[in-house]
Amino acid sequence: MKVYIRSSACVSPQNTFNSVDFLTDIVESTGTRLKAIEPDYKEFIDPKQIRRMSHVIKMGIAAAKSCLTQADVDMPGAVITGTALGCIADTVTFLTRIVEQEEEMLPPTAFIQSTHNTVAAQIALMLKCHNYNNTFVHKGISFESALFDAIMLLNEQEADNILVGGVEEMVDASFTVLSRLGLYKRWPVSNLSLYDTPTNGTIGGEGAAFFLATSEESPDNLAQLTGLKLLYKPKSIEESIAEFLKSHELSIEDIDLIITGKNGDTKNDEIYKNLNDSFFKNKSFANYKHLCGEYATSSSFALWLASNIVKGGVVPETVKEGNFGAFSPKKVLIYNHYQGKYHSLMLISAT
Amino acid sequence: MSSSVYIAGVGVISAIGNNVAENLASLKSEHAGMSDITMIDTIYRTQLPVAEVKLSNDELAALADLPANISRTTLLSAVAAKEALDDANIPDLNNLRTGFVSANSVGGMDKSEDFFVKFLADNSKGKLRDIFDHECGSMTELVADKLGISDFITTVSTACSSSANAIFYGARLIKNDVLDVVIAGGTDSLTKFTLNGFNTLMILDKEFCKPFDENREGLNLGEGAGYLVLVSEKVAQTLAKQPYCKLSGYNNSNDAYHQTASSPDGTGSYLAMQGALKKSGLKTTDIDYINLHGTGTPNNDSAEGTAIKRLFGPDYPLMSSTKSYTGHTLGASGGIEAVFSVLAIQNKLIYPNLRFETRMDETPFEPVKELMTKQDIKHVMSNSFGFGGNCTSLIFSAI
Repeated sequence: MKVYIRSSACVSPQNTFNSVDFLTDIVESTGTRLKAIEPDYKEFIDPKQIRRMSHVIKMGIAAAKSCLTQADVDMPGAVITGTALGCIADTVTFLTRIVEQEEEMLPPTAFIQSTHNTVAAQIALMLKCHNYNNTFVHKGISFESALFDAIMLLNEQEADNILVGGVEEMVDASFTVLSRLGLYKRWPVSNLSLYDTPTNGTIGGEGAAFFLATSEESPDNLAQLTGLKLLYKPKSIEESIAEFLKSHELSIEDIDLIITGKNGDTKNDEIYKNLNDSFFKNKSFANYKHLCGEYATSSSFALWLASNIVKGGVVPETVKEGNFGAFSPKKVLIYNHYQGKYHSLMLISAT
Repeated sequence: MSSSVYIAGVGVISAIGNNVAENLASLKSEHAGMSDITMIDTIYRTQLPVAEVKLSNDELAALADLPANISRTTLLSAVAAKEALDDANIPDLNNLRTGFVSANSVGGMDKSEDFFVKFLADNSKGKLRDIFDHECGSMTELVADKLGISDFITTVSTACSSSANAIFYGARLIKNDVLDVVIAGGTDSLTKFTLNGFNTLMILDKEFCKPFDENREGLNLGEGAGYLVLVSEKVAQTLAKQPYCKLSGYNNSNDAYHQTASSPDGTGSYLAMQGALKKSGLKTTDIDYINLHGTGTPNNDSAEGTAIKRLFGPDYPLMSSTKSYTGHTLGASGGIEAVFSVLAIQNKLIYPNLRFETRMDETPFEPVKELMTKQDIKHVMSNSFGFGGNCTSLIFSAI
């Protein structure tokens, strides 16, 4: 059974949402945190509700609805999301009120909207979609777990037209805490020179990317999702990648482009550097985290990127590592790891 | 794809016991786990009953062989998951593809809320150790590491149906030939966050809860963890003892009505139960017992009752809510109640719905009031419905 990506929509710190251009008008930002560009939500959400909804819910709904519109699908067969921190803004709001108001006279809204499944639930609610609905919340493989679920559903022929997405919002509190934990650079950098001076830390990011996964072949499909593998503390990542490719009857020679999760942090990028010098030697590489920042579901941005690359046959200049000429990649491997523990491999092919 | 998924092991910790044997004894002796709040620092101590696990973090840590300064949610998970895996006693486990799929609703919130008090006063304060494991995935990761599982780990969070969905996902990982063995279920500890959250919704009963009773006034929050060890048919054949039962049906449907309230006709619950029956190939009359979601809130029980009336009427299976013992353990409830469902089949028991007095106006049936023994139970349905309209039903069948 083949899995295709029919459509995709991505809200990110770049002009990726409902944009005709494919990463040509790049937003440069100096600091250690990239914020998503807000779509005009009125197109997607009842204005009365917009005010009450947190950033992550709105980004998620906009991306989900746009994805459905592009695919010309009214009712998805399932809605599945991945998010590590979920509705962190509402969580922080409710926690703050508990402390400040000493547990008295608390309004319920922030609590109601704080559960991790809120984005998937709100999508179902808006669409009146009674179908399968699930949310995965496992750190750097939250989105991949959701995507894995979508593939299984298609494989089981339990559902088609599966809406699957990765969503993450960054709020001041989480940014402060993650900065204290040493995740980000200590000095402001331009996102466009993120990889130039390897130092400790990366830049934070956020976004929402949704995909409509289907088993139906169509010239309208964006891409084929040929394979997905989630790995936890693999003994040898090189062997795992080779094995993964082999399971799809491919070798590294067959891969035209490798998108890696390089994020400018010395330790993080060492894993990619080692591979680029050995197993991945002489391949063409692309990076994406200077565009969207680092966050637990950033691989959903990478999947949006890869799908559009194989569909349009163009690799945007901004993602190229080094100089390589114009060519149209047919097979793209996305390799991302999250803090060295969680690794994911996605294989995307032109249809 | 058509192969069956067997239950080879069970593990549980809740307010009515620290392991399977203790839980079973309390279920039989009709001993509820609710009492005053002792573990969390809140203004609602003495005002709202909760169902606490009767062990301190130090005691849990000793039992789990983990540090005592980590989230109670992790400690509860570690205790129950270890019990389940030991119970399954799978030969040659190291050579099998094994996964851990766990659920919880608020991650390491019990520690985060301590951190947050200091952090809010001064953003440079608060022990980082206390916030480091805030993410839901951290609980799963720590326990997977403790159990030595690395082939596949993930975390599900769909509010109160979380661990039913974890079991469901785990079973499908086996059916899709991704794994041979999956420990699946969920965990949640009581937190100030959830206590206050549910309190703002005015759905906490100041007395012990009365699920499915006309005069019910809300739920009691509880805590705990419950896990099943799911194995493929091939692994089931290698076991020294016969597996408990099969997971024969499951369905996840969405109510799509309101973020927190259930639709009056229980659309989501109806679709979940109907879908699970369809998946198992069973008829409504084949179900011997329903372990109800039965939280005790007026809205939840009315919706679930109405859905059961529509789907099963006029021949109703026996049913009860074991939340009358354990309180509502949120992200753990589907796991704990799955264990109770398995134990019902194994021990030929139907547990009573404690404190039930008056039948609900909208339903022509009432739950079981007293323990029933020597019941020939072939099929049990376990319901878990949550915020966000997430409704999941599982069906366990005797072999």
